Amino acid sequence: MSHLLREHAPVTSAGWKLLDDEARERLTPALAARKLVDFSGPHGWDHSATNLGRVEEISDPPGDGIAAGQRRVLGLVELRAHFAISRSQLDDAERGAVDIDLETLDGAARRIATAENAAVFHGLASAGMQGIAEASTHETINLGEDCEVYPRHVAKSVDALRASGVDGPYGLALSPEGHTHVLETAEHGGYPLMQHLQEILGGPIIWAPGVNGGVVVSLRGGDFLFDSGEDLSIGYENHDADSVQLYLEESFSFRVATPEAAVPLPT
Amino acid sequence: MGFDQYHEPPSELPEEARTFARMSANLIEEAEAIDWYEQRLAIERDPDARAIMLDAEGEEFKHFSMNLEFLFRRLPLWREIAQGILFQEGDIVEHGEESEEEATEGEAAKGAPLAGSESLGIGSLRGSPE
Repeated sequence: MSHLLREHAPVTSAGWKLLDDEARERLTPALAARKLVDFSGPHGWDHSATNLGRVEEISDPPGDGIAAGQRRVLGLVELRAHFAISRSQLDDAERGAVDIDLETLDGAARRIATAENAAVFHGLASAGMQGIAEASTHETINLGEDCEVYPRHVAKSVDALRASGVDGPYGLALSPEGHTHVLETAEHGGYPLMQHLQEILGGPIIWAPGVNGGVVVSLRGGDFLFDSGEDLSIGYENHDADSVQLYLEESFSFRVATPEAAVPLPT
Repeated sequence: MGFDQYHEPPSELPEEARTFARMSANLIEEAEAIDWYEQRLAIERDPDARAIMLDAEGEEFKHFSMNLEFLFRRLPLWREIAQGILFQEGDIVEHGEESEEEATEGEAAKGAPLAGSESLGIGSLRGSPE
């Protein structure tokens, strides 16, 4: 039995399938970072740290004439998003109902996907993780509200990356608000803005909840490293007569190997 | 009644694993039935008997194929490797080696779940729809 304790939940196999399928369906569109960065793993729940390949000198070595150092690692963070499912809803699903209310699970999926994106793009300082936007060595380009000028900003970002020797294709992670504006906009002559931006980038424009403005990144690989311990899973906490308390969980670390491989476009 | 399809205590196996074991046993039995009909047809001369056996063998082809498709749907990596081998002209072994290499490398890059994991199996989404 794994630490998720799913066998202890008053949930049938069909119920778990319903929950897992719903979670997968809600998470996949929102996990923007995974569409743009390198993914390693999953290495399992007992994978606790990422090797940084660095050593730090110890000031009090255990003996004269001894040089001592300690390896530096980046500890994985665990994210959990709790939610409760009504037992009567699960019972209805067993009876064949198709309009099951899984709003609480959908909310948890939104929260954890947004948190993962925020950690990757903007970092998690308390856990020693630097985000793509913060690590960038390029001057930030203010995205602004007027999306008619987005092509100019994105082209400038792509130029900056090329000038640094960072090859494409490139992708753009865009906040939900920015993404909506782009989808709604046609430029002079009716040419869709989305298509124009994709042509400049040579890659995708990703809807990215948790991102402030936008971030242009290189997709050549090897620049941004997501290290997965346990991939997103649903676990069991407890239950009473009315509901089952569950959670979505994952563990990961994130590192920027090439700070110059991204340009932040904050609003 | 025997439960020879299990190599681990059935009570410790999840329901999905027990179904997989039953369908694997079905697949083996259908393949055996095809073999038996092939052997009988190889020596049978009576045209009516041959016609009946050919008709029956067709049923086994169908059953085998349905079982196989079920198992492929449960194990996407198996399906992916099979796609590179089945219904292809040319060297079977060569196709097998290439298909296995491509599929397993792709699976690792996609972040396939660890064996026995209860995760959602999302992994990497590079190249997925925007």
